[in-house]
Amino acid sequence: MKKIIQITILILLLGAWGCKKDSDFLNVKPNSILDNEQAFSDPTHVLSILADLYNRQLDFSTVKDWATMADFSESFPSENGRANIVQRNSWGFGEWGINWFDSYAYIRELNLFLQRAEAAPTLTDADKSRFLAEGRFLRANFYFEVVKRMGGVPLILEPMLYDFKGDPTYLQMPRAKESEIYDFVISEAEAIKDLLPADVNTKSRASKGAALAMEARAALYAGSIAKYGVNTPQVALPGGEVGIPASMSATYYATALKAANEIINGSAGAYALYNSKSDLAENFANVFLDKNNNPESIFVEDFKLRSGKVQAFTVANQPRYGAEEEEGGRLNPSLNLVESFEKLDNTYAPIQITDNSGNPIYYTDPTDIFAGRDARLAGTVILPGTEFKGRKVDIWAGYLLENGSIITGDDRGAQKTLPGTSSPVQVVGFDGPINAKEFTAQTGFYIRKYLDPSPGAGSRGTNSEVPFIRYRYAEVLLNAAEAAFELGDKATAATYMNEVRARVGLIIPLTAGDITFDRIVHERRVELAFEGHILYDMKRWRIAQQVWDGNAMSVSNLVSDIGKATKRNTQPYGLWPYKYYNPGNANNGKWVYKIILPALVTGSNTFQLGNYYSTINDDVRANNPKIVRQPNQ
Amino acid sequence: MKISIQHIIIFVCAIALFSCKKDNYDAPSSQLSGRLVYQGEPINVEYDKVSFELFQFGFGKTGAIAGTFDQEGKYSMLLFNGEYKFTISKGQGPFQWKQTSTGDPDSLTIKMSGNQVVDLEVTPYYMVREAKLSGSGTSVSGTFKLDKIITSEDAKDIEQVSLYINKTIFVSSANNIAVTSLAGNEIVDMNNISLQVAVPGMTPSQNYVFARIGVKIAGVEDMIFSPIEKISL
Repeated sequence: MKKIIQITILILLLGAWGCKKDSDFLNVKPNSILDNEQAFSDPTHVLSILADLYNRQLDFSTVKDWATMADFSESFPSENGRANIVQRNSWGFGEWGINWFDSYAYIRELNLFLQRAEAAPTLTDADKSRFLAEGRFLRANFYFEVVKRMGGVPLILEPMLYDFKGDPTYLQMPRAKESEIYDFVISEAEAIKDLLPADVNTKSRASKGAALAMEARAALYAGSIAKYGVNTPQVALPGGEVGIPASMSATYYATALKAANEIINGSAGAYALYNSKSDLAENFANVFLDKNNNPESIFVEDFKLRSGKVQAFTVANQPRYGAEEEEGGRLNPSLNLVESFEKLDNTYAPIQITDNSGNPIYYTDPTDIFAGRDARLAGTVILPGTEFKGRKVDIWAGYLLENGSIITGDDRGAQKTLPGTSSPVQVVGFDGPINAKEFTAQTGFYIRKYLDPSPGAGSRGTNSEVPFIRYRYAEVLLNAAEAAFELGDKATAATYMNEVRARVGLIIPLTAGDITFDRIVHERRVELAFEGHILYDMKRWRIAQQVWDGNAMSVSNLVSDIGKATKRNTQPYGLWPYKYYNPGNANNGKWVYKIILPALVTGSNTFQLGNYYSTINDDVRANNPKIVRQPNQ
Repeated sequence: MKISIQHIIIFVCAIALFSCKKDNYDAPSSQLSGRLVYQGEPINVEYDKVSFELFQFGFGKTGAIAGTFDQEGKYSMLLFNGEYKFTISKGQGPFQWKQTSTGDPDSLTIKMSGNQVVDLEVTPYYMVREAKLSGSGTSVSGTFKLDKIITSEDAKDIEQVSLYINKTIFVSSANNIAVTSLAGNEIVDMNNISLQVAVPGMTPSQNYVFARIGVKIAGVEDMIFSPIEKISL
């Protein structure tokens, strides 16, 4: 009896589950993976997908890696493992290229994102339109970054799928013309600008301002490649993959000016130059530090403390003396850059180390030698005798004696006995400069731009949350000025340039007659130093092979022709302060300066014609024979 | 299992037994060498700036075996025996390389079986001839003449001529301790050009320098040089 009940229950139990279909039973939805429809069902999910795509944009110079700002003789790399930057004589043709596979994998994911977001059934129209516009912005901006490096590349706008039939030729796309990529960037910006928020506070996501800033910059680049390409006729391919016909330049410049004007007239949001501090140099430095109340930045890569996404630029580059970490001081701006900041009367002059008859000038304060210059100098560079975080940097190279000999040490803050005294004293600064002593100011300067003074920013465990600015309003003004200049409207160019200059204390306005190509080049160099522009500017103006011509620089090269666009800039020079030691003399304890070439600098930059467009590797061309090779390589 | 000394001995013997077997191909051993010449006269270029490419068919990847010429226009490569195509791509060198009718660089077929010397005949835009370099205690002076070789519609002007000196045998625009240049439009007589360069102080001091004359041709990236000479001061 007992058994019968047990068997009955067993059969009943089996019957209860046995009715379920096998397929229902076996097809279990994974609870750790979302399918496309689920992933695109909720705006917060879509945003997290988009966040990954934002994270994979390409920058040339970035605060994430100090060495990306270290080249081109604008600075000296004060880390011995990176001395090759100033010891090599030329750049490989592959330098500044892209990883072809990763780049097209990223483009494919952007295309997939656009396809899936478009198909998502449950997103609201408003969400969907913004997400799609953001995806298109990222794709256009990425193609812009690629075309700057490689020229025309295959323009892939949909996710391609391999059919596994053994013949991939239908996936092999030829390179588009260089102009077609620029046209694509411009037309995308036009198409999405009104779908994106016109909001000055949307900075880390795409906004109308970001789209227009991208358009202005891209059109300006295309315009100048078209116009100045005639100076380097060898840098072109017959199919137009590299090089843009000169006839197209005026249209591009007009597009650039129109897009920039849309930002300037406020239709994209209340963008303006940052003007919050009375000290002009501090104000300029704060453009890059102030993340909450900054009308100048347009599109940034943001960082956040304690979120895992932080940057260590300050750790790498803080003044070594009194630093929060046993490192820092890596980027040392060169004298080449420092001397190019104008005097307040709009003239160029070398840093005066001697008077007209060649005798050294004795300065009472170490900063006096830099007085009366563009506030961007002190805002970009930490000069000897100035402060960071309320502490004076200790940059001085030694004592200069009456007979011209020098007493110095080979370690930070080394001590020696001066003649006529009995006890040793410090004879060199705790920040150097000492040749080949890494992390000291080997040119006599440290970088200030992007250096975060907040507590903990210089410590490896905390790092910094200062954003990296990809597009900012001052650049938009300079883009507008350049486009107007190229279109022959020098008065407008002067107006825009004067806005940027007045903010940093250059209040004597430039007149229309003052605006020359050299002026435009110079203004961008000092305003946008260390922001990743110098290489592409020199490339699009086709003067890179003149500026980095491979000839070693002499001191007379260095101090002449300041402000000339094609001035040679092949080796980073330094300026070392010395204390004059001559007790009883009126000049005792005053400062004298010497121009030096840091001892590690043995190479000189040679930009070859083959460097204009980076190599497309053999394996890429082997996989897709339709891809033509770059010129001059 | 306890690892005993016997195990270790067996293991070592086993490794020794199989390691004797060669597990690799022979390295390439046929040397291809030669230099750039124009009608038998050597052409001097800048070290590591002018590149050439060798292609061998039938081995999967289609990349080139690339190399560069040295200062004296010489090149050498170790290759496997077989058939190669040699070419110099567009825009390389202060000379014209043979072109096909479509304007693409032509190639030279080289069959390797053992060592081989192949001199490459090219047509330079200019030749530096009769370069005479001499040194006094503090300066180096040179006289030379320029011979315009290409006079057709492809002819190019001289951008500048320079006299370079260096402490070491590498002498070029990137490697020099002093240079004097003369712009192309300041050249009065192409058959008689003279340049002089002051020798700066050298540490450690040496009583000789290496010198040569370089010619920059307008619109051509690479320079052509006279042979390097060691000049006693």
